[in-house]
Amino acid sequence: MNSKPKTDTVRKATVSLPAKSRITLKVNGAVKQIEVAPWTTLLDALRDHLDLTGTKKGCDHGQCGACTVLVNGKRVNSCLTLAIMQDGAEVTTIEGLAEGEALHPLQQAFVEHDAFQCGYCTPGQICSAVGLLRESRAQSPDDIRELMSGNICRCGAFPNIVAAIEQVMQSEKKGGDQ
Amino acid sequence: MNSFTYTRADDVPSAVREVAADGASKFIAGGTNLIDLMKENVMRPSRLIDISHLALNEINSTAGGGLRLGALAKNTDVAYNEEIEQRYPLLSKAILAGASAQLRNMATVGGNLMQRTRCCYFYDTATPCNKREPETGCSAIAGFNRGHAILGTSVHCIATHPSDMCVALAALDAVVHVTGPKGKRSINFAEFHRLPGDTPNIDTNLGADEIITGVELPAEGFPEHHSYLKVRDRTSYAFALVSVAAALEMEGETIKEARLALGGVAHKPWRDQQAEKLLSGQGPSREDFQQVAEALLRDAKGYGHNSFKIELAKVAIVRALSQAAIREGHS
Repeated sequence: MNSKPKTDTVRKATVSLPAKSRITLKVNGAVKQIEVAPWTTLLDALRDHLDLTGTKKGCDHGQCGACTVLVNGKRVNSCLTLAIMQDGAEVTTIEGLAEGEALHPLQQAFVEHDAFQCGYCTPGQICSAVGLLRESRAQSPDDIRELMSGNICRCGAFPNIVAAIEQVMQSEKKGGDQ
Repeated sequence: MNSFTYTRADDVPSAVREVAADGASKFIAGGTNLIDLMKENVMRPSRLIDISHLALNEINSTAGGGLRLGALAKNTDVAYNEEIEQRYPLLSKAILAGASAQLRNMATVGGNLMQRTRCCYFYDTATPCNKREPETGCSAIAGFNRGHAILGTSVHCIATHPSDMCVALAALDAVVHVTGPKGKRSINFAEFHRLPGDTPNIDTNLGADEIITGVELPAEGFPEHHSYLKVRDRTSYAFALVSVAAALEMEGETIKEARLALGGVAHKPWRDQQAEKLLSGQGPSREDFQQVAEALLRDAKGYGHNSFKIELAKVAIVRALSQAAIREGHS
């Protein structure tokens, strides 16, 4: 075991912290300017600086998917990217999916299929599913399961989550065929 | 996370200058591993040099008939690239066997090579770990080592390299292009990652002042006969217990060339060209595949919890080679 004495801790703590930086994010269509420390994750920026608490902090290590948002149209784990790295990016969170009172088709399908119990993973599930449908790689329920494996639901609502996503996938396909 | 400063690099020369000027600085690109390690206090860079905006994300043809993957190409973009899917399906399948869709949207080619082990003791700063802190000891050797290495280990470290993509790149004989203060150089994939030896804190032969600019795939991609077989505790979003990248070049019923790389079993993607040569000129047969598997694992050593991997690797090799021979393709 390392038992080096850490006598310099107090001295180090008096060193001034790096300056915050002003960054611009386009969040759910609105341009926002915020000041962030270098270590502020995109997740913390959304929740703590922009009061968009729909995006959830689950594991904070990229393992659960609760923090999934869309950055420049692609689903990512917002806990594993620094806000300062995303300066200038377009971000879509769960708050940006509905159009007024009209739910996004995936939100509606999650309600119809009872695709949650506690609901904590749901914003990440839905944002991830939006990304999944945009990617157009899933053709079957098996594909949905595989490509949604980055979103964990500890209540175990997976069958209903897959059913909700499949319903929207099928209706989009039909819409595309018309 | 500890305090650090942040700077965005505008081009490769300035990125190299920045990293060479501060030994405690690190490049950041996708960030999916580094930010996690910083949150865990395992890595504590003084300065992050953001290279994610450098123009290194293209996938281009090379003069030699191969492809060059930009170091910043996202895992998703490589895996779903049409030419990769057609000419190097082994690579595409290996990438898609790893991580989650979100992580693949963030993670880059270069970052995949540079990711650290997922050994739980490396992550746990309360325990000794020679990789995290040299000369403190290895907690895994006599600890919980179910996921650990069985080949190429040392008394100092039995960690594994966690990548799927790198297993395919090893089988494909990829070449890593890097740039440092003294200019450009190329590193054969087999020489890029290191065995732990007595310096398990050093994962790769990339200099601290060098940057990966791209990974080159040779012209031969084994599109006809290949398999990426990944065995893990759950069927998606888990690291490999054992993975096998198998590629065969066949002439009729005869194997002209065989490539085998193993993941999840060593500190680097494991190749054994002597064992591979046993298949040259043979017809594909279960007996020969078994013989190759035995040869590949002849020096394997289990540490208790992970001893099952020796037999698992053998059966995985036989299955992957069988799949490759009959063009079944993938796991």
